[in-house]
Amino acid sequence: MVFQSSLKTCLQLSCILRTPKAGFRSSSGGLIIQSVSNDVYQNLAVEDWIHDHMNLENRQVLFLWRNSPAVVIGRHQNPWQECNLRLLRQKNIKLARRRSGGGTVYHDLGNINLTFFTTRKKYERMENLKLVVKALKALCPQLDVHVTDRYDILLDRQYKISGTAAKLGRTTAYHHCTLLCNADKFVLSSVLKSPYKGLKSNATPSVPASVKNLFEEDPSLTCEMLLDAIAEEYATRHQTDHQITLINPADETVLPGINNKTKELQTWDWVYGKTPKFSVSTCFNIAYKDSVLDVKVDMDVKHGRIEGCNIDLPEQWLPPALCSELVKNLTGSKFCPNETTTLATTLLRVCPQDDDLHSRWNLLCENMIMLM
Amino acid sequence: KYVCVFDKSAFKFSHQQRLFRTSAVSCGQIVQFKLSDIGEGITEVTVKEWYIKEGDSVSQFDSICEVQSDKASVTITSRYDGIIRKLHYNLDEIAYVGKPLVDIEIDASKGIAPEEDVVETPPMSHEEHTHQEIKGHKTLATPAVRRLAMENNIKLSEVVGTGKDNRILKEDILNYLAKQTGAILPPSPKGEIIPPLPKSETVPAAPKDKARKIPLPVSRPLVFSGKDKTEPITGFHKAMVKTMSAALKIPHFGYCDEIDLTQLVQLREELKPLAQIRGVKLSFMPFFIKVRCAAEHCMEYLCRICQNLASHNIGVAMDTEQGLIVPNVKNVQVCSVFEIASELNRLQALGSAGQLGTNDLTGGTFTLSNIGTIGGTYTKPVILPPEVAIGALGKIQVLPRFNGKGEVFKAQIMNVSWSADHRIIDGATMARFSNLWKSYLENPASMLLDLK
Repeated sequence: MVFQSSLKTCLQLSCILRTPKAGFRSSSGGLIIQSVSNDVYQNLAVEDWIHDHMNLENRQVLFLWRNSPAVVIGRHQNPWQECNLRLLRQKNIKLARRRSGGGTVYHDLGNINLTFFTTRKKYERMENLKLVVKALKALCPQLDVHVTDRYDILLDRQYKISGTAAKLGRTTAYHHCTLLCNADKFVLSSVLKSPYKGLKSNATPSVPASVKNLFEEDPSLTCEMLLDAIAEEYATRHQTDHQITLINPADETVLPGINNKTKELQTWDWVYGKTPKFSVSTCFNIAYKDSVLDVKVDMDVKHGRIEGCNIDLPEQWLPPALCSELVKNLTGSKFCPNETTTLATTLLRVCPQDDDLHSRWNLLCENMIMLM
Repeated sequence: KYVCVFDKSAFKFSHQQRLFRTSAVSCGQIVQFKLSDIGEGITEVTVKEWYIKEGDSVSQFDSICEVQSDKASVTITSRYDGIIRKLHYNLDEIAYVGKPLVDIEIDASKGIAPEEDVVETPPMSHEEHTHQEIKGHKTLATPAVRRLAMENNIKLSEVVGTGKDNRILKEDILNYLAKQTGAILPPSPKGEIIPPLPKSETVPAAPKDKARKIPLPVSRPLVFSGKDKTEPITGFHKAMVKTMSAALKIPHFGYCDEIDLTQLVQLREELKPLAQIRGVKLSFMPFFIKVRCAAEHCMEYLCRICQNLASHNIGVAMDTEQGLIVPNVKNVQVCSVFEIASELNRLQALGSAGQLGTNDLTGGTFTLSNIGTIGGTYTKPVILPPEVAIGALGKIQVLPRFNGKGEVFKAQIMNVSWSADHRIIDGATMARFSNLWKSYLENPASMLLDLK
């Protein structure tokens, strides 16, 4: 995607970095870059790359990006606790885990993301958010926006329009935040509601908030306008050119090693496997023929895999050997509906061929899968 | 103890002289590594993940743990080389800035670093941390990198480090190896590429023998670890082991044949666009499936022994990331070829998305495996219990064959390999079934007579 604005040029990042004096009028060079991709994993990988590879001693970077529909959870969060994974799969919405802390957010093209890169010494979130507020007010003076002490930006004193998170490394740090311009609030609220019951964990919980789009306050606002206004304010603050460099997060020549970072962010082991240890303790009803039975399930999940599992069924509803076979196979398996489905159906092949038995088995397994 | 105060002017050098000598430190001194300032006036954090455990050896800059405070996730890295002797906090406990985080036992031959606030330290002062000196050339590398070098018989002193302070990274070892083995690296016109910028950009500390440019890290990893890895079989794979073991108990007998699909290929070419208009991708499988059913019907005996199944649910083997899964098309006996094709499309889409349901994966009565899409001609397929037979289809090849007039023509040949449970199906039955199946496919027009 190439943006039409005349202020943007598609210079290679390498040019800017090799000739630092070229773009900057002072030694505290501010560099503004914008991603041409809407893929959440690629964009998160760019953050990783800059964090790991760029020397920010005399330079600060502002990274502008937008994603096609995705839910992004914080580093230490539990996706089962935070969102409706079933709905995400149905709607083909991606799930990503970022490396910074904080809570869960929903991204779509009506939301903009800003990342402020500095050295650890110059890490200052309040200043960054004040910069954003200043830019918003310059664009739209009547907006009632302010920064809270929880690093949120509120509209009209009650609606959250921006959430913040940060990552600090040994020498560099970044602070990123979202900004709701024209996102789909309906999808947002439905995907960020978890249907999973009985979860107990020490993962960082999200704090739900009422949200509003800036577009609702001023229908003339677009994401492009917001990005430009913020870039302009940043350029002024850092006495640098208001020139936005476009970068392609798939380009290995500009960002060597980036594709590996992108891949890592997409692995199951990162997205799900990094979930802090948690337990599931719940029960469900199975209606079969003329009776309804209660089933109690307890599971411990570590690194996204089932460490221990216990299924409490009424006696003899299923042959105990079969039940223990299921439990045995679930242990060590991923806490994942697809994995459990294939596991359960494969096990069925070596069961006695009895329709009644098969129906009961399928009912039990389907309910187990619903927990994931 | 020996404490030094540094100022930046001391660091305009390009040689390796150390500014203070190794100290009078006793063997294995335990140093308490304190949690450094996080910034923004934060005094406490929660420990969220440990990257090391007691007894692990660490190098300077290795990640020790991840802590979180107020929406910020912080990676704490080690200031020293040594062995972790004590973790002061458990997971989810609150850790305090300025208080000990871990105890590290520092190697006897190394000096102790001066007390300093990590946040304020400019990169250069890390020069003072002691590292192995090999013939006056410092080699900074983590234990993992050293191990990789050792496994591949590489001298660290011969490798150019591209990390901070010329620290040798894993990529540097891989680069070095690539040069040794003559592997082809992606082209890297030096003018246009930024290597990961070494943090000591402002201090060009170049070792004496480093005349070359900083090489590019290889993005395609060449793995030379040479170590066997044991991984436990879990979940789905465990279940497959059970299934295959049960399958092995079935006495298999195989029957193979060659089918001339020339006419079918032509027919499919004609029908493909019609199916396309109706939104369905038409492969050969729907024909194979439907014909299998028809053949079975015509063969009463086979029908009877397949337990008088009212529903013929033909499973189609699918290769996914997880491995082999077999969703099935239900009630093939009442479906048209188009309906079967449509259902296959649906199952394939769900299969790739990892969203097949239990209903799709159970109840199969017979399986067809189109292994030919990957390759191969004849195979020896294994029956999937509780079924009694399985068919594997090889790839379609263009081969010369003789026609009725004794002329050579281009034929589209596909090989089929059947396996059947010999306790239930005998050779003659299998042969007759296969011939019937073959004749339908070789003369598609004849399908019109018998396909229901």
